[in-house]
Amino acid sequence: MHLVSRVPSGPIEKLWDQARFEMKLVNPANKRKHTVIVVGSGLAGASAAATLGELGYHVKCFCFQDSPRRAHSIAAQGGINAAKNYHGDGDSIFRLFYDTVKGGDFRSREANVYRLAQISVDIIDQCVAQGVPFAREYGGTLANRSFGGAQVSRTFYARGQTGQQLLLGAYQALERQIDSGQVKMFPRTEMLDLVVIDGQARGIVTRNLVTGKIESHAADAVVLGTGGYGNAYFLSTNAKGSNCTAIWRAYKRGAAFANPCFTQIHPTCIPVSGHYQSKLTLMSESLRNDGRIWVPVKPRDRRPPGEIPEDERDYFLERRYPSFGNLVPRDVASRNAKAVCDEGRGVGETGLGVYLDFSDAIQSLGAGVIRERYGNLFEMYQRITDEDPYQVPMRIYPAIHYTMGGLWVDYYLMTTIPGLFSIGEANFSDHGANRLGASALMQGLSDGYFILPYTIGDYIASSKLAKIDASHAEFRRVEAGVAALTKQLLSIRGHQTVDALHRKLGKVLWDYCGMSRNAHDLERALERIRELREEYWRDVTVGGSGEDLNQSLEKAGRVADFFELAELMCLDALERNESCGGHFREEYQTPDGEAQRNDDDFSYVAAWEYQGPDRVPALHQEALLFEYVHPSQRSYK
Amino acid sequence: MRLVLHVWRQKNAAAPGQMQRYQAGDVNPDMSMLELLDVVNEELILKGEEPVAFEHDCREGICGSCGFMIDGVAHGPLPATTVCQLTMRHFKDGQELHLEPWRAKAFPVIKDLIVDRSAFDRIIEAGGYIDIPTGSAPDGNAILVPKDNAERAMDAAACIGCGACVAACPNASAALFTGAKISHLGLLPQGQPERDQRSLRMVRQWNREGFGSCTNIGECEAVCPKEIKLGVIARMNRDFIRASWRR
Repeated sequence: MHLVSRVPSGPIEKLWDQARFEMKLVNPANKRKHTVIVVGSGLAGASAAATLGELGYHVKCFCFQDSPRRAHSIAAQGGINAAKNYHGDGDSIFRLFYDTVKGGDFRSREANVYRLAQISVDIIDQCVAQGVPFAREYGGTLANRSFGGAQVSRTFYARGQTGQQLLLGAYQALERQIDSGQVKMFPRTEMLDLVVIDGQARGIVTRNLVTGKIESHAADAVVLGTGGYGNAYFLSTNAKGSNCTAIWRAYKRGAAFANPCFTQIHPTCIPVSGHYQSKLTLMSESLRNDGRIWVPVKPRDRRPPGEIPEDERDYFLERRYPSFGNLVPRDVASRNAKAVCDEGRGVGETGLGVYLDFSDAIQSLGAGVIRERYGNLFEMYQRITDEDPYQVPMRIYPAIHYTMGGLWVDYYLMTTIPGLFSIGEANFSDHGANRLGASALMQGLSDGYFILPYTIGDYIASSKLAKIDASHAEFRRVEAGVAALTKQLLSIRGHQTVDALHRKLGKVLWDYCGMSRNAHDLERALERIRELREEYWRDVTVGGSGEDLNQSLEKAGRVADFFELAELMCLDALERNESCGGHFREEYQTPDGEAQRNDDDFSYVAAWEYQGPDRVPALHQEALLFEYVHPSQRSYK
Repeated sequence: MRLVLHVWRQKNAAAPGQMQRYQAGDVNPDMSMLELLDVVNEELILKGEEPVAFEHDCREGICGSCGFMIDGVAHGPLPATTVCQLTMRHFKDGQELHLEPWRAKAFPVIKDLIVDRSAFDRIIEAGGYIDIPTGSAPDGNAILVPKDNAERAMDAAACIGCGACVAACPNASAALFTGAKISHLGLLPQGQPERDQRSLRMVRQWNREGFGSCTNIGECEAVCPKEIKLGVIARMNRDFIRASWRR
């Protein structure tokens, strides 16, 4: 495998223009002769499917939910970044680019990030025109707020429901194309394998989740916008259905998987309360604009927060990072929260929590302003915890939230399999080792609306595509494999449920490959995961049949893939002997406990190539060169 | 605490269904309704029985996947709360709860508590959008939107498409859902060019799907987890009538 990033050469601000000019075009009359499959209907998938439909391609779009509007992008709360500089506070495309490369701890591809910053401004225009009800100032202009890792106000938002509103915009654009017949939608349909013929991605095999029917769909190109793999940890802020199956099966068909160990732990989530817990709930990062994070100075201080006087509180982020304060990037905030809890200064019953306190903001701005800004988040918090954050500080703790790793893609968003593209969280491209808040929405929509529709045309126009439909023998072969796997899962009839085994896997990952990692633990994790995987295939019980709606079977297939991916995550974490962004290796830290990168040896993308079952995957490196933002020790002090 | 659940079990759309009784012991008051069902399902799977099928995804009240009737009330007794965020502390030890799927002709049951809500997608398909080809938009600040209008549009746009409004309505009307989208887009300057056509097409599609008419009962507003107000229906009616006259 040879990784070619296909980044054009020239000054960075001209690269995307130049690439677009060099791309081959598909004649409008010919577009309708080509079929493109889009898997996933989140921000990336829905925006791509809608735009490809608009351009005239015949599009088939798939999602496992009952409607494309349910995709997990909908849960994004805080906002979307754009370098509009509407406030004249010093923002620019270059600054957004700079912040994102720095925020990603110098492990992302400069050219991609620059393009993302350039496109950010078009996204806002597009979404406004679609009717996304962004927050406004009294004069009718768009409002902004600040987010972690930035010193300018560049985040656009729609209350605490920005992801919902952006997704509904993309969903409505998609429905518009479904109405016109350009896009055919397949809800309640899960992609279970990729079909590669003559080295090109030519289709997918799916399972109809209502009838259980295994079906084939052929196309000229396949796009995976299937999101991240945070649910490998069992407990995460992801939706219960979010899974890695599509990208994992693509990996097993030859697509390189990049930086699997780069996972993001979000600092502001509601702490775990019991063993029955099925997921973790995020509280938007935007809360850190007005909330102050603290713990008691004394360990094991069990007094209620209101009784702890000001001088016995440690506002540890403000103390350690005076210039960014509570708005340090997510990885830094999470690690510091863990550190104070490890010192025994955590709050709440479990001691795994820190306070996020709004009393100062309520005093200076009034409860009305706070309600207007965060009302729905406060209600959500109260609904879950039965505590009123207007009266007592919230308790928060970090949780798995996002995965920066994903399928390796070149500048054209194509994976190492020609004709297979990956967009949004499913690819690895823009966030390096740590994603900044309000950047996921930006990337999903940038990929889907503005990048992929060009690059896919270039692929179709410049490739020789044999006429192939779903009657091709390779589809039968892949279908048989999918059916066999389903049958195998159903036939084990062991003694543990899918969830029970998934929880065990999640605990291993969280303990050994979570907020901080070390070689010893990672080696143990690899051993433990192999044992658990063996246990899974021996002792899982799925129940029901493959011929109708069977949610336990759906989960079983996804968890089987999580077991394999978990191993790759640990392997990647073990191989990367440095700390960077969300990947914190205890062996590599500065004297004051910050992540210590090793640019001489690890300034690369780790792209793993599948070598067959139970064989160690091959590691390929894409060297990262920084011409515009010079790598430095990240400082938010 | 302990609870007794009576759950609607139905194998598929064609099969008849019936209520089935389950004991749930060791219920933690902080558990959500769906986590309680998880626990019941784990036990059923280990006993070799079919788990209760129910729709869910984000479990934070925003995706709109979940929803069923609890003792005849859509999403249960707590206002502005989906079943995924309804915690057990709102019930009493020993209480018996009846869980049933949404009941509406336009929402046929697929299995147990899962219904087919694709009719909602087809209503949006019929004009619930602003047609703006990608890349053809003017600068975001070129379209000024008065703050008040933006806020009211956002109130309507908060709809999660869960279907509780239909389930609660004695007529199984989709008026609140359709009105919410018509209001969201109609309140914004961007939504004006297609406003007439949008209201005509969406309302007709709603009728075609087999939803009932609105007779201003207000059950929909009472159960809406996002507190969408009846005003959106008035706005829809006005837009529909105005558009009909203009044609």
